[in-house]
Amino acid sequence: MTARVGVVTFPGSLDDRDAARAIRLAGGEPVRLWHADSDLAGVDAVVLPGGFSYGDYLRAGAISRFAPMMASITDAANGGMPVLGICNGFQILCESHLLAGAMVKNEHLHFVCKDQTLRVENADTAWTHQFGAGEEIVVPLKNQDGQFIADERTLDELEGEGRVVFRYVADSSDGGTRGRNPRAGGNPNGSRRDIAGITNARGNVVGLMPHPEHATEQGFGPGTDGLRFFSSAIAATLATA
Amino acid sequence: MATVIVEVMPKPEILDPQGKAVAGALPRLGFTSFASVRQGKRFELEVEGEVTEEVLEQARTAAAEVLSNPVIEDVVSVHVQESA
Repeated sequence: MTARVGVVTFPGSLDDRDAARAIRLAGGEPVRLWHADSDLAGVDAVVLPGGFSYGDYLRAGAISRFAPMMASITDAANGGMPVLGICNGFQILCESHLLAGAMVKNEHLHFVCKDQTLRVENADTAWTHQFGAGEEIVVPLKNQDGQFIADERTLDELEGEGRVVFRYVADSSDGGTRGRNPRAGGNPNGSRRDIAGITNARGNVVGLMPHPEHATEQGFGPGTDGLRFFSSAIAATLATA
Repeated sequence: MATVIVEVMPKPEILDPQGKAVAGALPRLGFTSFASVRQGKRFELEVEGEVTEEVLEQARTAAAEVLSNPVIEDVVSVHVQESA
């Protein structure tokens, strides 16, 4: 038996195929889901992929939030189903109020595309339990609206409850980014407190701006650190099945 | 025909990168009188028929729940513009 992991395609999704491929490489069975349907097809977990759903019109993720599929996912997420939002998927989760905060344009206004080092701050979520706490991983980052924002009280709450899952950290490849954004070491977009990804109180919903699905096969991308996102969720769903 | 105008601005405490970029460009073009710029959004919601209090209330709700994200933006105005 293996886990069935849904990948939702919205109009303007770009990385849905890569996410499906990552799930297969991690040992799961990807199930393609369409934004306009509301049937979750009995999946055990869901990935909201990257891209520019609805052209990022209004705000990134703002219109996708009202897709029929999102109503089903919100219900399932509140019931404990693992949900991972990557990049645009993270923005959709924030707009859906499944995760705190919001994303605005990168501080320097440039599109960023680089291999990014992250520190795993919370290795207890459905999507990160196969990492070690404090482990540093490298996955690609590519976005325009990647600056994570929340008010100070929300940020304190996220930190206090261990809900910051990933933080941007500096590495030797950071020369270019530093030049554009001198006040933050490894922070590529001005995100508050270097936050790259967060979770909900229960730890089943995780969102991050960088792209683990692009780091799942040797020779394509910076390595295979991304695989453990998907294998974590697969193991988590099988453990509770 | 009337139009309900909804104006949304980034919250004052949130850095507005677009406004900052515009502010940087203005002096380069010789417009030197402006200390800073903030960029927001204006929505024009066209109404067939009369703008009743109920219609306005719908516009206010849409402004709060869809047209703005309260984490990063404020609705600064919802008002009616009668067309000629």
